[in-house]
Amino acid sequence: MGAEVTRVNGPLVETTGMRGTAMNDVVELGPARLPGEIVALEGDAATVQAYEYTGGLAPGAAAATTGRALSAPLGAHLLGGVFDGLLRPLSGAGVWLDPSARAPRADADRAEYWPVRRPRPYSERLDAGAPLHTGQRVIDLLFPVPLGGTVAVPGGFGTGKTMLLQQVAKWCDADVIVYVGCGERGNEMADVLEELAELDDPRTGGRLADRTVVIANTSNMPMMAREAGVHSGVTVAEYFRDQGRDAVVIADSTSRWAEALREFASRAGELPGEEGYPAALPSALAAFYERAGRVRTRDGAEGSVTVIGAVSPPGGDMTEPVTAYTERFVRARWSLDKDLAYSRHYPAVSWSGSFARDVPAVARAHAAAGDPEWARRRARTAGLLAEADRLTALSELVGAGTLPPAERVTLLAGRLLREGVLQQSALSSSDASCTPERTAALTDAVLDVVDRCRDLVGDGVAVSVIEDLDYAPLVRAREDAPTPADVHDRRDTVLTRLDGLR
Amino acid sequence: MTDWPRPSYTGIARVRGPLVVVTGAEDVGWDEFADIRVGPQGAAAGNEAVGNEAVEDDRHGLVLDTARDRVLVQVLEGTGGMRTEGMRVTFSGAPLRVPVGTAWLGRVCDGMGQPLDGGPPVLGGAGAPVAGVPLNPVHREPPAEPVLTGISAVDALTTLARGQKLPIFSRAGLPHLELAAQIAAQASAGDEPFCVVFAAMGLTHADAAAVRETLEGRSASGELVLLLNLADAPVIERTVTPRIALTVAEHLAFQEGRHVLVVMGDMTSYCEALREVSAARGEIPARRAYPGYLYSDLASLYERCGRVRGRPGSVTLVPVLTMPGGDITHPVPDLTGYITEGQIVLSADLHALGVYPPVDALESLSRLMRKAAGPGRTRADHLDVAAQTTAALAGARRARELGELIGAGALSDTDRHYLDFEEACRRTLISQGRTESRPLEQTLDRAWRALAELPRRELTMLPREMIDERLGREG
Repeated sequence: MGAEVTRVNGPLVETTGMRGTAMNDVVELGPARLPGEIVALEGDAATVQAYEYTGGLAPGAAAATTGRALSAPLGAHLLGGVFDGLLRPLSGAGVWLDPSARAPRADADRAEYWPVRRPRPYSERLDAGAPLHTGQRVIDLLFPVPLGGTVAVPGGFGTGKTMLLQQVAKWCDADVIVYVGCGERGNEMADVLEELAELDDPRTGGRLADRTVVIANTSNMPMMAREAGVHSGVTVAEYFRDQGRDAVVIADSTSRWAEALREFASRAGELPGEEGYPAALPSALAAFYERAGRVRTRDGAEGSVTVIGAVSPPGGDMTEPVTAYTERFVRARWSLDKDLAYSRHYPAVSWSGSFARDVPAVARAHAAAGDPEWARRRARTAGLLAEADRLTALSELVGAGTLPPAERVTLLAGRLLREGVLQQSALSSSDASCTPERTAALTDAVLDVVDRCRDLVGDGVAVSVIEDLDYAPLVRAREDAPTPADVHDRRDTVLTRLDGLR
Repeated sequence: MTDWPRPSYTGIARVRGPLVVVTGAEDVGWDEFADIRVGPQGAAAGNEAVGNEAVEDDRHGLVLDTARDRVLVQVLEGTGGMRTEGMRVTFSGAPLRVPVGTAWLGRVCDGMGQPLDGGPPVLGGAGAPVAGVPLNPVHREPPAEPVLTGISAVDALTTLARGQKLPIFSRAGLPHLELAAQIAAQASAGDEPFCVVFAAMGLTHADAAAVRETLEGRSASGELVLLLNLADAPVIERTVTPRIALTVAEHLAFQEGRHVLVVMGDMTSYCEALREVSAARGEIPARRAYPGYLYSDLASLYERCGRVRGRPGSVTLVPVLTMPGGDITHPVPDLTGYITEGQIVLSADLHALGVYPPVDALESLSRLMRKAAGPGRTRADHLDVAAQTTAALAGARRARELGELIGAGALSDTDRHYLDFEEACRRTLISQGRTESRPLEQTLDRAWRALAELPRRELTMLPREMIDERLGREG
């Protein structure tokens, strides 16, 4: 061939003698055969984005094309495994990931190869249907995502983003979870792996790890493999979708992926768009999220890919490009709020800053599944929270004592909903995950108590007496009332106390 | 391979900022290390130097971009005094490596690892690449034991775990260096072998002298490696100093089985050096003109902490940084916070009140504390006491804000108890001497003493039996 390297600038490698190669072909560079991908062609010269540290790679080194695009080996062997962004197994690799000592990718038995940047085909797209039950009350109650939906999870550092995503990965009711650790902490990744290995899958009794594919590209692993990692992740999810399963991709964090795009664009001398990101960033994000969906497969089965992408806005700035573009392409946003996290309200999902666009479809699915009250419950909860927020701002100005009794009951309702329903400890042995029935019971219990408070105020009971009542049984129910029946007991205890005020 | 003298090149096409372009060089790899010999002033290339002013000057560089006939080199000592003639550049054939081993212990060196203590150059085996090699996440052991610092505020409320990265966020004028040096002087991992690598970047001579004094005992007992890149030392050298420190630390931890604490500061100076190189290269700037890869670059340092499954030893990291203008959303603290596992934040208000160390307990957080503290790790009551103390401090802050609105006289008795607790917490728990190393038992007992200022009914996070045991039964 006579193909060789002519220039090296970090992950940007220029080569010559590459006639006949195609855009996105994988190229092996130098004596260590470092993998890279063709990102530009001119005459017989090709620009390659290397997926490994290129230290020591010099002009004149050999380059050879593999003749195919970056492809993922797909198969059942992926379940329970840990891979890097190029889907090379990490479980069998050494302690230190020295690029010159990485074994060539072990070809799994009869694995099917699929180019990761190309969406896999299906017969037809289907409408949103059943919700993904995440086991997190604030999500399942207020901001649900249907199977095949897309979610962005923006949050500054310390707001509990990774914790929330790990909870979803552990407890949601999908068949397959693809967890893409994209440029995040190594110690956190080690934690995820350890927990997955220890936990049982409540639905099958097997190990939780057996329904999970982990793609680990921590922040100190090569940057460009991060960029490939999200595509590998979606491709794996589509593969399981095509077998008629419901798969969820969790990408933590898409901001690091966007930064990898930015770094490479900058080295390649592209003109920058906003904040130095390439002008193609919005379309790259859209293409990633559009691979989600519920479909009829070519075999006539139904399957889905749900995509949940974390966003890490620099300085917590929710108007920065990655956050701003992403929220246009997703069906739901779970915004994490620094003030909530700061006051130790976890999960710190902001009820005022989040949205879910598939609520009507989810409501229909709940009604079909035997819970016709779901939509009303959600609307009442959201309304009370919004009203309580407004009154809180007002009471800070004029003092809560000056508000009319009905509005003070609304403030109390906000507090009970926050403490008794929305808060949920990831570390709790009994409440880390919550069934839809128990979520409904806890919410209804608070709403019933609030209704009774309103009746009492209407009957002339002093609101200060109502405010001072001990609501501990209701607030603690999320921790110590394991079944809906237990929740009803706690509610009745509080209702009886309230009736004693007459 | 290295027996052959390597060719040197004299073709310098351009000198600009900290960068030079070398022409005619062949087979130069990316990120290779280069020796640059600058000819004596006024002497033509190749002439022997004559006279006293004719000083030969050796510098070093790293390859940033290599093409067939033009190699871009970043000069660590800066390009001052360089000309396009009379220079000889020799490429080493590989990325920078440093010797590793126990010979570093007890030594004081500059930012490139050259002795400052009058001793011989540090030697050690084949060395290791300063860029490091990523640790396979599958072989990482999640941190689960404490590093006790003898600083009450840290040990009690933001316990440091072996293998954790926990930065100190500060602002100009606060005693963050004193605190970092005190932690480096006092920290220990129980009875297991322990040592400290302290990498200073851009420190003034006065600061460096203070650090050396604080760490004298540790150095004398052969438990310290000190790397000093001072404020007047070459700026670009700073981009290498933390990597040398971490390479030495990784070897001491994972080959020699020691628990190593790496203190690095000031990371803001480091990032500014990185920005300087980026600007000279004409790269497209991101936030506040820092390069777009700042996150990845910081991660390539911070992520070198941790533990390896099945091996003794650990690398724990305490980066120190000043937040420009006290702005926690500035790119350096912001990106640091995204990578590290919590933060220790210093407060100007506490400093003004004369509290040392002025740790803002409510702003500070150790994400790994839950794993590193508690029964079997520190003391059975530790996590509950820490949670209660933090919650009570939040209550005290609310009471103080309320008091400023309505007047202290109008506060309820409970609110006044909270203010008393806050005062006791500052006096007995947070404040301590600059050379005082407190055992954990004493630290936690002091926390109880502060909590005793509150009515029992307010201690909702502590089990009743625990309260009775520590504070006696309520009569």
